[in-house]
Amino acid sequence: MDITDFYDTFFEEAEELLGDMERLLLELDVDEPDAEELNAIFRAAHSIKGGAGTFGFLVLQETTHILENLLDHTRRGELALRRDIVDTFLEAKDMLHDQLNAYRNGEEPDQEAFERICKTLKQMALDELGGDPGAKSPEAKPAAAPEPVKESETTVSADGDNDSESDQEQEMTLRVALLNVAEKDRGLLVEELAQLGSVIEQQGDDKRYEVTLKTGVSGEDIEAVMCFIIDTEQLEISAAEPVNTASKETSAAKAEPEPTTAAPAETKSDAPSKPEAPAPAKAAKPPASSQDKKSQSGKAKGSGESSLRVPVDKVDQIINLVGELIITQSMLDQTASEIDGMTHSALHNGLNLLQRNARDLQESVMSIRMMPMDYVFSRFPRLVRDLADKLNKDVELVTEGKSTELDKSLIERIIDPLTHLVRNSLDHGIESPDEREAKGKPRGGKLTLSAQHQGGNILIEVIDDGAGLNRAKLLAKAESNGLAVSDSMSDDEVWQLIFAPGFSTAEQVSDVSGRGVGMDVVKRNIQAMGGHVEILSREGQGTTTRIVLPLTLAILDGMSIKVGKEVFILPLGTVLESLQPSRDELYTMAGSDQLLKVRDEYLPVIALHQVLDIEDARTELTECIVVIVQGEGRRYALMVDDLIGQQQVVVKNLETNYRKVPGISAATILGDGSVALILDIADLHRLSRRKTGQPTHKPTKPTQEVLTS
Amino acid sequence: MTAVSQANAQLQQANAANLDAHSSEFLVFSLGDEEYAVDILKVQEIRGYENVTRIANAPDFIKGVTNLRGVIVPIVDLRIKFHLANIEYGGQTVVIVVNVGDRVVGIVVDGVSDVMTLTPDQIKPAPEFGVTMSSDYLSGLGSLEDRMLVLVDIDKLLTSEEMALVDKTTH
Repeated sequence: MDITDFYDTFFEEAEELLGDMERLLLELDVDEPDAEELNAIFRAAHSIKGGAGTFGFLVLQETTHILENLLDHTRRGELALRRDIVDTFLEAKDMLHDQLNAYRNGEEPDQEAFERICKTLKQMALDELGGDPGAKSPEAKPAAAPEPVKESETTVSADGDNDSESDQEQEMTLRVALLNVAEKDRGLLVEELAQLGSVIEQQGDDKRYEVTLKTGVSGEDIEAVMCFIIDTEQLEISAAEPVNTASKETSAAKAEPEPTTAAPAETKSDAPSKPEAPAPAKAAKPPASSQDKKSQSGKAKGSGESSLRVPVDKVDQIINLVGELIITQSMLDQTASEIDGMTHSALHNGLNLLQRNARDLQESVMSIRMMPMDYVFSRFPRLVRDLADKLNKDVELVTEGKSTELDKSLIERIIDPLTHLVRNSLDHGIESPDEREAKGKPRGGKLTLSAQHQGGNILIEVIDDGAGLNRAKLLAKAESNGLAVSDSMSDDEVWQLIFAPGFSTAEQVSDVSGRGVGMDVVKRNIQAMGGHVEILSREGQGTTTRIVLPLTLAILDGMSIKVGKEVFILPLGTVLESLQPSRDELYTMAGSDQLLKVRDEYLPVIALHQVLDIEDARTELTECIVVIVQGEGRRYALMVDDLIGQQQVVVKNLETNYRKVPGISAATILGDGSVALILDIADLHRLSRRKTGQPTHKPTKPTQEVLTS
Repeated sequence: MTAVSQANAQLQQANAANLDAHSSEFLVFSLGDEEYAVDILKVQEIRGYENVTRIANAPDFIKGVTNLRGVIVPIVDLRIKFHLANIEYGGQTVVIVVNVGDRVVGIVVDGVSDVMTLTPDQIKPAPEFGVTMSSDYLSGLGSLEDRMLVLVDIDKLLTSEEMALVDKTTH
């Protein structure tokens, strides 16, 4: 088997790890980072590095290696986190992602970008860890001190701890040997070392070059700095003089937690140090590294199995097949119900089991295609953070309805339009903190992303509390763009102008947005998905952009109801309550309009059997059940015969093969294989009003007229 | 149900047969005493009439929608459309599922008899009469010894305004 067969697994896994890393970095409390989280970030980097090494993705491995080292210092508390450091980490993570994508596409990653990020990270390491000349002695102490807390290295560290006490007072002399280092790098390294202490002596050749250094910095720290430039294997640090503390220090240096590479480095570097020194290090190290490795490989394995790439059409095929299975199963059920239950109880039991299994199967299969909106929303915290920083704005992101499920194909296509909208809101919508303060608003802006099922649709809203759209400015801009406008246009019509191609009201084109290519693309994308975009805006108070997507393929929580012999589905989100009305709660208006009084509110009654021409339905309101429903902000009392129950249904578009039906938003397939229609409350009310205009005779036959909406 | 499986078997045979470039094959179905035919390449399958969910406020010849392996398919009863007298739904009633453009539609007929190959000279032009059925929806008349087949242009018929199957405004 070729190793390239595993590439996909690695890419998939690395992708997940990078996602984890970003999430953790964003969640990280800079002032008081959680040790567990830091460890998790470190482990993610480490796992990627390991994988990249295995598959020979050198650039990726190198970059991760540097990042990992920095993360390692962070988790050991040697590198105090700051916001800009986290930013750099995030940038590095993005770079890793780009590199990963390059490898995935069979290309070599951008060398320039790689060098840049490496330089940034190395620079950071120097600045924060060792490059500072003031690091000579005081900084060495805090660097070494947090060491004991670290995982299973207590044996070494406990020793080291005592030693580092004495460190402070006395500088020691270390012999740093550089193995197989080319001359030009060597110069650099010596320069680096000179910053950490005073170089007493240097000699050797490419193969082995020894530098004797008098310094207060521990060997470990030296190694930490050097390993950004060369590998740990190329470095040997030992005490030049057998000073009692120095040898121990050396062992601590060797215990540098670098699980994949540390072990070989250690075994090599023992020559000049005291015989007893390597012993504790060795004893402590193997368990430490193996434990580390075990936990990591366990994690890697877990994440590898947690996802699987499957072509969508395969899933669709399964969904359809399961549908068939359910139908066959209910057919069997029906046949079996005619068989004597006593003599064939085993058969009946078996069929019951089959039924349950088939239902479970259907449920799980349906859930494959569905993904929570969280998948989309989770990428925005980062975007908002970066953009807000760039624009010098203070923005809080709130997400609602993360668990709203949407078909995967829609989810993937909604990301780009939504990103556009969020960028727009941040750039043009939310004002700068000073501007906001001047307007009497809190300095921090608020951006809300929400998703919900409503009225047979999915609503995704981007709400900002920014400046809102400026009517006059929009009209003026439209005029100068040669669009037909007039002052008498309604607000809605004016807002729609921003969807015109090439339209932008931003006074300055920034690199965030404002080129005017955004909104018309957004609109086109949404329309391609069968949805539309609405804008609600109030000047000074903010803008809400609402994406309305059809329910095609989305799962809907529905309540099934019965009228006559027909079953319909009500979207559960529209159902408020159900009750049995009594005569004295019922009022009529204008002769035929019926109103139902529910808790001091008069609700128009929609008689489903009348609106939908259903025969054999109960016509007396007091014999019926009334379901209070909500549609487009209004409430109605829906007259039905029976409530059957709640169930999740997969929404099927009626318009694929048929046409829009008044009062109906879509269809679904019930467990018995028959089709049930999903009611559209608001539309139903319109239909009802149109119908009650006619004399209220009971139609003898379904009418021939075609109602078009 | 045997009628259906028989018809499907015929359909498969016809599809498997090598098509002569000049002659075309038709699926012959009956509405009352009349014989009609549609281009076999338009036919997806034949199934029984069952489990049709009525759609309110639709024309009466649209019987409703049914579930065809997860796809919602409208069912049109051509007998009602053509104002035939005896409309019964029984074991012999079959639904011919046809592909029209990118849509799938089921048409209810009294029965499916066979698959016929017609050569171009057997196809006569459709007469320009048509009170109930406009000749626009006919591709011709098939003359076969003593039988006459009305060749229906199923595309034109089902996408026509009067069938109300397609929302003209959205397409």
